[in-house]
Amino acid sequence: MLHFIFSRLSSALIVIIGVSALVFLLIHIVPGDPVEVMLGETSQPADREALRHALGLDQPVMTQMLSYFNNLLHLDFGTSLHSKRPIIDVLLERIPATFELALAGLLVAIVIAFPLGMMAAVRKDSVWDGGAMAFSMLGVSIPNFWMGPILILVFSLWLGWLPVSGRDGFASLVLPALTLGTAMSAILSRMIRASLLEILGEDFIRTARAKGLSENIVIIRHGMRNALLPVITLLGLQLGTLLGGAVITEIVFSWPGVGQLTIDAINQRDYPVVQACILLISVAYVLINTLTDVVYAFLDPRIRLAEGQH
Amino acid sequence: MRLWFSSIILIIWIAMAVFGPLLPLMPDHIELSQILTPPSDAAWLGYDDLGRPLWDRVVIGARFSFFVALLVVSVSLLVGTFIGAMSAYIGGWFDHVIVRVIDVFLAFPGILLAIALAGLLGPGLSNVVIALSIVGWVGFARLTRAQVLALKGREHVQAAQALGAGRWRIILRHLLPLIAAPLIIESTFAVAGIVIAEAGLSFLGLGIQPPTPSWGSMIRDGTRYMLVSPHMVLVPGMALIFVVLSVNMLGDRLRDWLDVRGRVTGKV
Repeated sequence: MLHFIFSRLSSALIVIIGVSALVFLLIHIVPGDPVEVMLGETSQPADREALRHALGLDQPVMTQMLSYFNNLLHLDFGTSLHSKRPIIDVLLERIPATFELALAGLLVAIVIAFPLGMMAAVRKDSVWDGGAMAFSMLGVSIPNFWMGPILILVFSLWLGWLPVSGRDGFASLVLPALTLGTAMSAILSRMIRASLLEILGEDFIRTARAKGLSENIVIIRHGMRNALLPVITLLGLQLGTLLGGAVITEIVFSWPGVGQLTIDAINQRDYPVVQACILLISVAYVLINTLTDVVYAFLDPRIRLAEGQH
Repeated sequence: MRLWFSSIILIIWIAMAVFGPLLPLMPDHIELSQILTPPSDAAWLGYDDLGRPLWDRVVIGARFSFFVALLVVSVSLLVGTFIGAMSAYIGGWFDHVIVRVIDVFLAFPGILLAIALAGLLGPGLSNVVIALSIVGWVGFARLTRAQVLALKGREHVQAAQALGAGRWRIILRHLLPLIAAPLIIESTFAVAGIVIAEAGLSFLGLGIQPPTPSWGSMIRDGTRYMLVSPHMVLVPGMALIFVVLSVNMLGDRLRDWLDVRGRVTGKV
């Protein structure tokens, strides 16, 4: 088990280093002179040189990269060109909002997907199954940036039940979480259905039925418990879609999170902030996935015990 | 029934994209008296906040969603299949490095990397294609690598090697035809993903620039007038959803027909 955790952590570390390197290279893909793009064409040469020096862009690329990694180790992301504040402070302000939104979205997805996926699997090929899968197909085909405005139109503008945008208490969280959650529930319910269907075909399910257990116990205790394992891994992977979707959802609802910060920074050509945001979200995603793998291994005795023998 | 639905929608989409410029459309024509007019018998799909006809703009917008999807999926398919096949076939340290590179690209959640790339490269059609292709090849590379790994030990490959066939001949003639089915299915779903991603970038203002219409930027413009003219969000949104839904349904159908799981095993 320790061996497994160690190998997962070390490969996560390699990926994080690779991600950081790629994010470092981002500033070098800006066409032309990134300093001129950031400050604008009318900027003074002296200001440009000052910024070039501050960002280390006057150094050889290898030196830049080394000092970049050195700064990352000290959690120093530099200074925002727009607000002139340390980027780490700006990020720390925004993280709670994105975390809250992602968590609420995940919760919505789980609450919708589990009943839907289980119902579709148990009543396979019925009207319920068809309906659930049609919902799922529709869910993956409706983008967040359309779903969000439609929810605003119906629940905020027409019915007046919920606020249009911003982050001010529970009511303001409902629509963004629904937008983010329904998209994910569409994918999740398919996975749950497929996973449960596979398990329900196993011999031990027949045995459980044969010994006279009620159908509910067969499905939940014998079926779902086993079907849950692959779903957990896929859930971890889908969190990536959730985090990516959070960027757009934050824009739709003016939700003051890291996603909105990213897009604002892109529009203000505040590239160090863009780099920091991308890095933060990606590293969070890698860490979540690593954690998912470890939890999965811990939950599944086949992996836990097999690895323990090494 | 579902196949009919998706085929008809997709044919309309492609026809709009290919023949749209030949039609007498005026997507940028401003009719001040028609500002925010909702759809009706006289106004067809209605007019936007500047008095431009939404029907003309949706048709021209189809052009960009279609050609961006076509270009990005073609580039991603070629590059991804090439890298994936090479990686699996050559193996060793080369494969090891490629797998790490794939892992690094997959570590960027959803379209986040495309947002960053499009944002930094600057707006415009070619930059959208570049940004989405840089993100898109990874899926194909991973799929091809897994499939080639599962197949490269097969007897017919050994026979070809024994007969002295070169690396390229084996990959192109003996391996790729066997994995065509999963690649076709992956490409179909990729089209749906790219159509949404292109619209997403345009929605964020990082895609094709105004006044050229894109479904994503039309939705964004519409959100400002939602209470008075919901049709500005509904019309381009429905066009987008119909296309994506049709492509996804077609992909589902293809997966059933080609029955990939029954034929090729060996998931990573």
